Amino acid sequence: MSAAHQEFATKWGLVIDIDKCTGCGACMVACQTENNIAPEKDASNKLRTLTWMNVYELKNGKEFPQAEVAFLPRPCMQCGNPSCVPVCPVVATDKNEDGGIVSQIYPRCIGCRYCMAACPYHSRYFGWFDPVWPEGMEKTITPFTSTRPRGVVEKCHFCHHRWNQAKDAARIAGTDPNNLPDGAYTPACVEVCPTGAMAFGDLKNPKHKVYELSRSKYAFRLLERLNTDPQVYYMTKRDWVRRQGDNYLPNEKA
Amino acid sequence: MSFIEAEKNWYPEGVTRCGLGKFLGWLTILAAVLAFGVVAALFIFIFGIGVTGMDNYFGFGLWITFDLAVIALGAGAFFTGLLRYIIRIDELKDIINLAVIIGFICYSGAMLILTMDIGQPVRAWFGYWHPNVHSMLTEVIFCITCYLTVLIIEVVPLVFEQKQLNKIPLLHHIAHNFHVVMPLFAGLGAFLSTFHQGSLGGMYGVLFARPYAFREGFFIWPWTFFLFVLSAIASGPCMTVLVCALMEKMTGRQLTTYRVKSLMTKIGGTMLLIYGVFKYLDTWAWITDILPRAGLTFDQMFYGLIYGKWLMFLELVVCIVIPVIFLLVPALRRRPAFMYWACILNCLGIIINRYVFTVQTIAFPVMPFDSWMTYAPNWAEWATTCMILAYGGIVMSLAYRYLPLFPQEVRLNK
Repeated sequence: MSAAHQEFATKWGLVIDIDKCTGCGACMVACQTENNIAPEKDASNKLRTLTWMNVYELKNGKEFPQAEVAFLPRPCMQCGNPSCVPVCPVVATDKNEDGGIVSQIYPRCIGCRYCMAACPYHSRYFGWFDPVWPEGMEKTITPFTSTRPRGVVEKCHFCHHRWNQAKDAARIAGTDPNNLPDGAYTPACVEVCPTGAMAFGDLKNPKHKVYELSRSKYAFRLLERLNTDPQVYYMTKRDWVRRQGDNYLPNEKA
Repeated sequence: MSFIEAEKNWYPEGVTRCGLGKFLGWLTILAAVLAFGVVAALFIFIFGIGVTGMDNYFGFGLWITFDLAVIALGAGAFFTGLLRYIIRIDELKDIINLAVIIGFICYSGAMLILTMDIGQPVRAWFGYWHPNVHSMLTEVIFCITCYLTVLIIEVVPLVFEQKQLNKIPLLHHIAHNFHVVMPLFAGLGAFLSTFHQGSLGGMYGVLFARPYAFREGFFIWPWTFFLFVLSAIASGPCMTVLVCALMEKMTGRQLTTYRVKSLMTKIGGTMLLIYGVFKYLDTWAWITDILPRAGLTFDQMFYGLIYGKWLMFLELVVCIVIPVIFLLVPALRRRPAFMYWACILNCLGIIINRYVFTVQTIAFPVMPFDSWMTYAPNWAEWATTCMILAYGGIVMSLAYRYLPLFPQEVRLNK
């Protein structure tokens, strides 16, 4: 019933150390600026904002002094078996390129929002209104990412344009654009994180830091039981945080 | 001849209708509701769907629930057509016209809603141009648009058989020839409808990362595919009977015999029994297999009042068991109160089913640290939904007044 699993020679992935994340939200801001997300007049309804990168607050449910919180930044998981791709009626989203990033083709999207219903991570966002930049702020729009009209679904794409730039730089330098060194391609959220909680790279390349991090005994992925096979890993040494990474029956161990 | 007298010449042969003033008064009420909906639709087209109550958690809401419900309730058209023209249950000729008109209203109404619901309506044709053959929604787009065309072809002879229009030789011949080929279109309609009713269910069943809706199945079809087909053909005939009864109540005239209605509801009840058996098996497999595999329990699937267990009890017990008994025990079916209440419960159950699959599926927080969110449609969604109901009322009123919908009407009201 689910889509065929996709594998590529390069597999771009994020490893986020929840224990290092302070919940400052810099990644969310960097993402919005980098990807030309228009400032919203009223962002009080958080179910209407365009937050491709969204930081969730996790609680251990205990009273003071045992109360603990953790923060979980949630980009698109770029699933190996994406639930959103097979449902799109017009192939406006696909996973068909080396690197394994799930694409979103804005000029083709008809705005049916079926992909949003399919994604359990709430990684997909809809343009409910026309994007409007207040006078003067249109100068902040970058030429790297296309702006979107209202009425289409949009989402994190691991700053795909930065990958293109990294490949261009490699070609100019005379190196292999298909074998980038660690750190040559970094999404905006990773670059800006003040605590170094995020690492990015090719999950299949042993020379990249994420190769080892993703194989750590502290690493896990969100909702692995659903067989979505995310390319985003999380790390924590806290059991209660780890347990919130998936659903478990009362008699099951995380 | 005055206009009022001339208008009477457009009535079907041998019937009486209410005065023109009363009829126009009724149409004015419906037109007012329709006009309010048009204003809301203009808001939506000008400012975007942000004016509705939907959000990033609830990308599907009242509109999709309404669409799924009316498409199921309008299934009387294809199913009655199948039984009348292919299986040759001749008695159904006395109600098939009504079933076709209801089907046409339901499907065209659903299409009108969809023009507002999709964010980029001018790209709707991409469903044909860039089809994803793996998507259940593609199949829905194909079959619904094709089936609406079939419904139009089925409605055309009805319109051309109007007393005055039928005097025009060309229209008379078109109507006659369409009747000759109607079994072909009935078959085509049954094929297309079966697939899109199924695909609408499949749309939810394939959501493998949404444990509330996900179902295993047969080949490429999840069980919801078959359950949606069965529930549609269980409720469609009952909806046709309810509309007929409502029209009889409003007009004070008997339009079909109780025998025909009883036959329709018996067919609906039989389908509901078959549906019920499979729905119970499906629910059992969901609770004991799919949910535990996802690390979830049955209790976790419900929350508060609007996503409560009472809805499931109402849908699976009250709206399946009771109507099945009322419709399949002849002594009970013979009594109008039992028959009509069974029809109402049958249709209500299917509406609840479409609601929970649409809204509760996405309301359930799959990520353990996320929480249940609630959704309430706002004025723009209600106004446009009522607009479609008003549109249906206007089409049905005009059809009743001017088209020969009910072959038995003259005889029954002598």
